[in-house]
Amino acid sequence: MAYEGQERATGIATVPPVVGPGYTPRSVNEKISAIVLTHPTSRGWLVGFGISFLLLLLLLYSVVYLFAVGLGIWGINQPVGWGFDIINFVWWIGIGHAGTLISAILLLLRQEWRTSINRFAEAMTLFAVACAGIFPLIHLGRPWFFYWLLPYPNVMGMWPQFRSPLVWDVFAVSTYATVSLLFWYVGLIPDLAALRDRSRSRVGRVLYGMLAMGWRGSARHWARYQTAYLLLAGLATPLVVSVHTVVSFDFAVGIIPGWHATIFPPYFVAGAIFAGFAMVLLIAIPLRKFYQLEDFITLRHLDNMAKVLLATGLVVAYGYMMETFMAWYSGSPYEHYAVITNRMTGPYAPLYWGLILCNVVTPQLLWSRRARVNVPLLFGVALVVSVGMWLERFMIIVMSLHRDFLPSAWGMYYPTVWDYTTYIGTIGLFLSLLFLFVRFLPMISIFEMQELVAEEEHGAPRRAATETAPAAEAVRVSG
Amino acid sequence: MARIYGLLAEFETPAELLAAAQRARDAGYRHMDAYTPFPVEGLAEAIGFRRTWLPVIVLVGGIVGCVSGYLLQYWTSVVDYPLNIGGRPLHSWPAFVVVTFELTILFAALAAVLGMLALNGLPMPYHPVFNVPRFAFATRDRFFLCLEATDPQFDREETRRFLERSQPRQVSEVEY
Repeated sequence: MAYEGQERATGIATVPPVVGPGYTPRSVNEKISAIVLTHPTSRGWLVGFGISFLLLLLLLYSVVYLFAVGLGIWGINQPVGWGFDIINFVWWIGIGHAGTLISAILLLLRQEWRTSINRFAEAMTLFAVACAGIFPLIHLGRPWFFYWLLPYPNVMGMWPQFRSPLVWDVFAVSTYATVSLLFWYVGLIPDLAALRDRSRSRVGRVLYGMLAMGWRGSARHWARYQTAYLLLAGLATPLVVSVHTVVSFDFAVGIIPGWHATIFPPYFVAGAIFAGFAMVLLIAIPLRKFYQLEDFITLRHLDNMAKVLLATGLVVAYGYMMETFMAWYSGSPYEHYAVITNRMTGPYAPLYWGLILCNVVTPQLLWSRRARVNVPLLFGVALVVSVGMWLERFMIIVMSLHRDFLPSAWGMYYPTVWDYTTYIGTIGLFLSLLFLFVRFLPMISIFEMQELVAEEEHGAPRRAATETAPAAEAVRVSG
Repeated sequence: MARIYGLLAEFETPAELLAAAQRARDAGYRHMDAYTPFPVEGLAEAIGFRRTWLPVIVLVGGIVGCVSGYLLQYWTSVVDYPLNIGGRPLHSWPAFVVVTFELTILFAALAAVLGMLALNGLPMPYHPVFNVPRFAFATRDRFFLCLEATDPQFDREETRRFLERSQPRQVSEVEY
């Protein structure tokens, strides 16, 4: 906090550092591991987890009722066969993208500020993908046959239709979930070993010890570890771009007006990063406040994330513009009606204009540096963007389906209470997992922060090492 | 006297450890390892680590994923379960690109993680260095160099004196 005050006093000209002053590898280790190992469970954590867990029970209740009674409890109908289920699927999976972007792409670009936010951003990815994965499964008419989506030899003698974007989705999302989990776990191994060595309880030593798999920090192990981590980052980078691209194919490959657009893949990927960074901010701002991590997640991080939010927001705004332009330029009366007339003046028009307000107008505040380092304002903008991105998916899915080619087949979609409880329930699942994560695992990467601090402290042992061993830099890359 | 695994020297900074490791290597020691809480650049080379096969393993994993993914789709869509839809070609390769790509990434990522663990010999529930109580600091803020007893040049007394010349915080014997 002191540091933040200092920042305000000195004015906006200085660039805040990535780590607060005065940290050593030892104090970094102590500060981060203490949150997990020695801090007592706070009342705030208990209340927060309790509320999240109640919402999770709401999800459970809604899903059990859905399985017992069937899809009729939802508001979906003909012609709107996809409602909250697919809106929420796309919304959650998009949120996950920021975690991979921070952990993989910013690593490859050597953005050191990513170090303190990458662990919980990756956790956010995993939990968001878990929430997303629920929806395609429960929206099946017979969810107990979900495994028919997978290619396995069966007595029916049938195989999945590999020309269908819905099957592509299964592969893209399951690969994404697996690789995100691997990436997250590999990043955790040295930190789990650190917790094992610090834990004073036998249970902690045994559990963290088993998860750390006997990691002992050998220099040979580190060399292979860094190679593996770098290669994983290289693999995750095209993967994250492919996932939302494939999700956009679910729509773009169809012929519904408002879906059949070539702008969809890049527009979806930018929207995903936009929504994801908003969620990272929504998580980072309370975390740094309640766990006194202002020295690790500094105003520099918030400022940078706000810039990413602004940039991706502009790409998304460009997507809206191009969608509208192409609807007019194509000369197709159906496209024109769906994308221009119906969206802007139809029965759901207030949601469309709400979306423009949330996703296009509000982020423009972030041009001002004063707004980017104003923490409560930033939190508000992130919240508005999250709502906006949900509205965007509502626009794409419902506003396109409810009025397609034949006016005699038009209809309206109204969500039921079960649509809302399922959606709120997944937020409960997400928050419950997040609360457990910050309580039992280091939410900031200990060893990467130590490396960062050691470099600043000792005038870079890395550079010293390079002088004595000329091959060092090359080996860092090639392993 | 009981057989020991090696001698473990404790340093306070990565630079001291790096210097000691290089001195040991220059003195002819080959069987050694260094333990640090975070990666220290140049250390692996200093203790004689040359290169890892990991990138090759990942490449092979990726190729296996790519080929098997494509063949899976080709065989199911063209050979085992052909569906004639409006006379369109059965071997519709552009539609097979997505799944092929995803399986390439999946297999390569699994190869990277499992390969790294296998080459590192993890999971390893027991290792002698953990017998030294001070070794708990190897994940905190201390830097260790272990000269192993299997080295032909290793001599309990001589090697200890050699290590002490690098002015470590302390030198301990690693028991089995």
